[in-house]
Amino acid sequence: MAELRTLVTKVRSKNAGPFWLTIDIFCGSPEAYAQVSRDLKTSRVATAFNADSQTVKRFDMPDLNVVKFSLPRPTVQGAIADRDMHGASWAALVGELEI
Amino acid sequence: MARAPLHPGSPHPADRPTSMTRVLIPSGALGLNYDPEALARGVAARPDIIAVDGGSTDSGPSYLGRGVSKYARASTKLEWAGLMKARAIAGVPLVIGTAGTCGTDAAVDWMLDITREIATEQGTSLKVAVLRSSQDIGRVAESFEAGNIAPLPGAPDVTAQDIQACSNIVALAGAEQISAALQTGADIVIAGRTTDTAIIAALPLMQGCHGGGAWHGAKIGECGALCATNPQSGVIMIDFDDAGFTVTPMADGAHASPHTVSAHMLYENSDPFILHEPGGHLDVTGARYTALDETSVRVEGSKWVPSDRYTVKLEGARPAGCRTVLMALLRDPRYVANAALWAEDIVTKCTAKVLDRMDITAEEFTLEIRLMGHSASFGMLETRHADPVEIGVIGIITAPTEDQAAEIGKLLNPYLLHHPLTQEEEQPTFAFLFSPPDMHQGTVYEFALHHVMHLTDPMDAFRLEVTHIG
Repeated sequence: MAELRTLVTKVRSKNAGPFWLTIDIFCGSPEAYAQVSRDLKTSRVATAFNADSQTVKRFDMPDLNVVKFSLPRPTVQGAIADRDMHGASWAALVGELEI
Repeated sequence: MARAPLHPGSPHPADRPTSMTRVLIPSGALGLNYDPEALARGVAARPDIIAVDGGSTDSGPSYLGRGVSKYARASTKLEWAGLMKARAIAGVPLVIGTAGTCGTDAAVDWMLDITREIATEQGTSLKVAVLRSSQDIGRVAESFEAGNIAPLPGAPDVTAQDIQACSNIVALAGAEQISAALQTGADIVIAGRTTDTAIIAALPLMQGCHGGGAWHGAKIGECGALCATNPQSGVIMIDFDDAGFTVTPMADGAHASPHTVSAHMLYENSDPFILHEPGGHLDVTGARYTALDETSVRVEGSKWVPSDRYTVKLEGARPAGCRTVLMALLRDPRYVANAALWAEDIVTKCTAKVLDRMDITAEEFTLEIRLMGHSASFGMLETRHADPVEIGVIGIITAPTEDQAAEIGKLLNPYLLHHPLTQEEEQPTFAFLFSPPDMHQGTVYEFALHHVMHLTDPMDAFRLEVTHIG
């Protein structure tokens, strides 16, 4: 078991418009990609955000060694309850998952 | 007139210049700065157009709500003056999309005002096409009730009343509206809200370049040199033709590779293969990225898929109340260790006091304390718990009026200064950063629309004006 972030080059989160969040896991090598693609279940990412798995879009991209997730933002960007205008910090919740 | 290819491996020799549209993109957004030497190199390579984006929703709903720019006027003017000079040297149109961050009519007027000032200072006389994207709120509400507005995935539930409550609604123009502006023969196009890609894709599409290539290249170029190494340099050149496009960063030492270019499709996109635009969508599933040399990348194989109906996306922001913020610092180890308990107790007691002493209901205001260094990033979703040296306390209040928000702030103030963990102990005092400790943000806004509107004619939701300045 290791934290995902220690196995990959970078985990990045950004807004994809005000209503969606997108998380890009740059694995850095085919080996790390194979491990992340195999061992990181979509349901774990959904749980980290308290989201319904059905709403999480997943893209496994071997050409880039990237696994990408997109989901409706935990709170709409800039809403009163929002904590992160640019969606920048959310990556940590994925990077700190143990796989 | 023959133009040299930007690199020896180009499939477009100088004797085939007419099949190519060369678009110079100075940066990802006006106000973010660009490398002047790289821009000069781009101008020397004789582009057909200079296109720069002026905004985005990424800074939040306040800019659209108020209809103002995020960037300093001084920076915008300095950078725009540089681009206007570059335009004069190149002798080609200069286009800005989503002027003034949000692309409302007020932001377009702000940009037009800056352009007038510069034209006078540079002693030039120019034809300017102004494309307006602001929507009549009542007409959007009517269109919604008539069933011409549909939600996109993840959209909030809205009613016609919610739409009426918006302070600003803009429609995102596509290539058709930018083409109409370019067809006026204007030296400068100042556009309100557009898709990030439309200002780049419009001229290649007008000149018959490959549809998939035009939109894909535009997406790759819309953040300037972010699709290459040395992204801060900003400046990028894209050559469009009848089969695809070639991307070349202009800064000394900047490189594009198949990896940096293809990886840019991930950026701020919920789907890295499909991009929806007015009139259809781009599909890059079959795109092939090839390195032509150490600097340039050739892309072919992307597809443009036209849609049956012509729709434009809408963005709207409406007032969400008035906000007052208070800050304090906890450094006493016992209070740092028990900060969550302390904050929860304050929220409970202060909320009761607000309801007791003010003429306001629980539904009309919010009172929240976030603890920086503890759980401010993720709240209940936080999984880590450490032992911080100190904790920043942020009290956040929203209420219907500025006076009410300020009054609640005054009720919260004594708690943040003196609230004890237990009744028995001596009254504690915590650190306030300022006098007064409360900051008043005035009206705050929220995004209200994530919808598309059907149009019979692409110009139906937009207005085009031509004006002469200088």
